[in-house]
Amino acid sequence: MALVAVTAEPLDLRALTSEVAAGAIGDGAVATFTGLVRDHNQGRKVRFLEYEAYEPLALRALRRIVDETKGTWPEVRLGLHHRIGHLEIGEASVVIVAVSPHRADAFAACRYAIERVKQIVPIWKREHFEGGEVWLEGATADPDDEDARQAAQRTACA
Amino acid sequence: MRVTVRLFARLRDLAGAGELVREVPDQATVQTVWNALTREMPSLVEYERTMSVAVNAEYSRMAATVHEGDEVAFLPPVSGG
Repeated sequence: MALVAVTAEPLDLRALTSEVAAGAIGDGAVATFTGLVRDHNQGRKVRFLEYEAYEPLALRALRRIVDETKGTWPEVRLGLHHRIGHLEIGEASVVIVAVSPHRADAFAACRYAIERVKQIVPIWKREHFEGGEVWLEGATADPDDEDARQAAQRTACA
Repeated sequence: MRVTVRLFARLRDLAGAGELVREVPDQATVQTVWNALTREMPSLVEYERTMSVAVNAEYSRMAATVHEGDEVAFLPPVSGG
């Protein structure tokens, strides 16, 4: 299993955790994050989401996040899978696994990774809600925006 | 020369297509490609200040030169996670 992936298949946190934690005899911590599709957003009742990606660039951006994480927390190993396509309420849209000798780094790297996903990975969600549908738009993706990267790092280490 | 234009999410909806092939002058930049596109489809222009661009699936800049056969992508603000 690849450590980073963009896939239309349901995500498997357990399998990704096994992959990232394989041979982890010096590691003492596994932190995970799972993003779920929830049934409400900004006062709207959400029916389901549709995710779209620019796949080759999304994969590159995920690999970049792994590299950035390595730069800040050299002992952390990271796995990061993002789902695309049609997702029902309650399904996982993203899973992140951070394995490290100590818990502080594992938690921080995990948080950093999801903040960076939201900043620089070319993936979009189309929200189908009761009464309509809308493309959600968050951050202007710019991996070289150092202010954004530092904001993610501050959030991770708060 | 010819380039392939890729559009995503709401930009794709506004254009009515996710992939277009367009003829642009030699020495064209990403900006040249975008300008040609917005002349053709003025509704796209609202994204000029908020979008990102990529050339051959690498993030790039409006001033970057494009070459024959390049894939030039215009990306609305992202909303993954």
